[in-house]
Amino acid sequence: MSGTDQQAAHVVLRGVTRVYDGDGGTQRVHALGPIDLDLLRGQLFSVIGPSGCGKSTLLDLIAGLSRATAGEITFEGRPIRGQVPDGIGLVFQEDASLPWLTVWDNVAFGLRRRGAAPGEIRRRVDDALKLMGLTDFGRAYPAQLSGGMRQRVCIARTLVLEPRLILLDEPFGALDQQTRLLMGDEVLRLWRETGATIFLITHAIDEATVLSDRVGVMSARPGRFLEIVETGWPRERDSRIAEHADFGRITGHIWSLLRDESLKAMGHGPAVQ
Amino acid sequence: MSVVADSRRRGDSRVADVLVLILVLGLVWQAFYEMAGDVAMTPPLATIGYAVRLMLAPDFWPNVRATLDAFGLAALISACVGVPAGVLLGVHRLAGDAADPVLVALYSVPKIVFYPVILLSLGLGLAPVVAFGVLNGVLPIMIFTMHAVAHVKPIYLKMGRSFDLTAWQLMQTIAFPAALPEILTGLRIGLSLTFIGTLLSEMFAAHAGVGHLLITAMQLNQVPRIMSLTLLIVVFAALLNTVVVWVEHRAYGHATDS
Amino acid sequence: MKPAVALRTAVLAGAVLLLEVLCRAGVISRFTMVPPSAMLVGLVALLRSGSLNGDLLATFTAVAIAVVSAVLVGVLAGAVVHTVPRVRRILDPLFGTYYAIPIWAFYPLFIVLFGLNEIPKVVIAFLYSVVAVVVNTLLGLDRVPRVLLKMARSYRMGPFETGVRVVLPSAAPFIITGVKLAIAYSLIGVISTEFILSSRGVGYRLSFAYLGFDNTTLYALIVLLLICVTTINQIVYAWEQVLLQRWGRR
Repeated sequence: MSGTDQQAAHVVLRGVTRVYDGDGGTQRVHALGPIDLDLLRGQLFSVIGPSGCGKSTLLDLIAGLSRATAGEITFEGRPIRGQVPDGIGLVFQEDASLPWLTVWDNVAFGLRRRGAAPGEIRRRVDDALKLMGLTDFGRAYPAQLSGGMRQRVCIARTLVLEPRLILLDEPFGALDQQTRLLMGDEVLRLWRETGATIFLITHAIDEATVLSDRVGVMSARPGRFLEIVETGWPRERDSRIAEHADFGRITGHIWSLLRDESLKAMGHGPAVQ
Repeated sequence: MSVVADSRRRGDSRVADVLVLILVLGLVWQAFYEMAGDVAMTPPLATIGYAVRLMLAPDFWPNVRATLDAFGLAALISACVGVPAGVLLGVHRLAGDAADPVLVALYSVPKIVFYPVILLSLGLGLAPVVAFGVLNGVLPIMIFTMHAVAHVKPIYLKMGRSFDLTAWQLMQTIAFPAALPEILTGLRIGLSLTFIGTLLSEMFAAHAGVGHLLITAMQLNQVPRIMSLTLLIVVFAALLNTVVVWVEHRAYGHATDS
Repeated sequence: MKPAVALRTAVLAGAVLLLEVLCRAGVISRFTMVPPSAMLVGLVALLRSGSLNGDLLATFTAVAIAVVSAVLVGVLAGAVVHTVPRVRRILDPLFGTYYAIPIWAFYPLFIVLFGLNEIPKVVIAFLYSVVAVVVNTLLGLDRVPRVLLKMARSYRMGPFETGVRVVLPSAAPFIITGVKLAIAYSLIGVISTEFILSSRGVGYRLSFAYLGFDNTTLYALIVLLLICVTTINQIVYAWEQVLLQRWGRR
């Protein structure tokens, strides 16, 4: 990643909107947008917003899992249209580890499909396992591991394909707070070692603040960016950044933006349904 | 769009679905008839004619009565034995764990294997028919009930205890309603199996009943009679199933997926 | 020994002992039942004589063919029906009522179609089993976690690849339930048909013994069937447990 590329836009969204047509008896739902966003290469960007605001929809659109109703999304200069482009990796909130495969086979899953040589596969899987601290668990099955470790398996599986953009949809939502904080440190470490661009959705304000270079604060449905908050943190950081003087100011600011939106999402104020 | 309008539309499409199913089955039936000929079966429309004639014949309804008597009795006994036994085994974990593999093993054994034992001990007539019906029906009822009671979500019971309910109140207001959907499923399956068990045993343990009519027709190779009897049996079973499902739905439709 | 196992063994042993005593004491007459010890002796003698071998082979071959075909056809049919929800809704009442249909009544039809041989018996067993496999396959396909489908799309897997590499393994526990049921229903189908309609096989020998007042053989055969069925079930159950343990219950 050369210096001149550092601040180049990796993903560009212009006027992106997602509307769900009512079919049969359901209503037409304006779920998201319009969204304008530039994801800078090598940056860690998180999105935070009240429930139902469309954060996951936004991630699906960027991933190519879903199509925008209006607007354009480009990844590395090429438009995204209903297919997941090469170079993007995804990590989901629910456990997506395959219970019938060992940890090793799980991580190798994506690689095997590519028809890579067995030696190459072995090397890359072993490296990914080492990176995620899973080397001793290669022969275990996901059912034997804790929730946090299973997520690490999913992350390892994504990393092994060396994606340039990693999308994480509330990856630690199912974990307890302390595990979350440690996993957050893991993400930061991986981010530094791989140099990938990271787009992460979370509902935890402290997590967003610690992990991100920039935090996109979203409004209630239909989700739009209220503000994009710059943290200005150094690249070498971990969860102890929470001790920094600016941490409280930034999280307080984000909450002040979110509070009203969250009330709206809960049904106090303008009706959402 | 209102929920009522939605469910009415779904009801209409369900009727349409059933009609389509009947039509398709009828066509498949006709196709088989073309292949196999009069020697093996009668075509759909002709069979309906025979069935009507059968229902008008004087010897038909006493036999139906005999079958329904046996079936009703067997179903009643199966339920009255199966549900309480299942509840007990569900509540007393040790007994339940001990009994579970045995019950499941018995469930998979072809009941016909016990048939001679029943005949030898009870002879011919109503008793062996009812006994066989009960043998078929009581096991699924017990197994489903036991499973349902044992697997009431612990969190429900915890919540109940937090309200200081007595054991009896817990059973009545929380455990039983929570287990009821699965118990009803067990009853539905048990009912179906009791019915088929009753028919099967009438085929050789009785001198009356629809099953007896069927085996006689099979032995005399009276094809129209075999076909029309089978048709009537199937229609009856379908109606029975529909009624039970409707009852289940009325009781739990709001809690289950449609 | 776990308390449940101890209790179960004690109760079963006690029941067998009680039967033995009641039979020997004449409370249960020899015309109704022979003592359990006599059943075992009779069984051993029967097996040693080898006269049962042909029937055993006939019965279990028929069951095996019925099970394999029911599983193959059932899983395929279940997969196909699952992709068309309308068809599934239409077939639903059929599945619900299916097990109340006296399938053996179609035996004469099958004789005409397939001849007076072992095939009608296998067809009846097949028809009994296949619906259980279809229903369970549908349940399994329903329960594939949506996140796995999303994951497959994130790897740009096409529908066929997703089906084979993600959906099918995920639905496997349910399909195994279907296989268990197929085995049970095939056994019931084959043995019942043999018993009622007197062809060959263990069911036929059972009926023959009953009609011939040969209680020793009758009960020997009942014991044999109980042992065989329980053993088969235990094996399948054990295998299923290994898989469920390894994969965790989803």
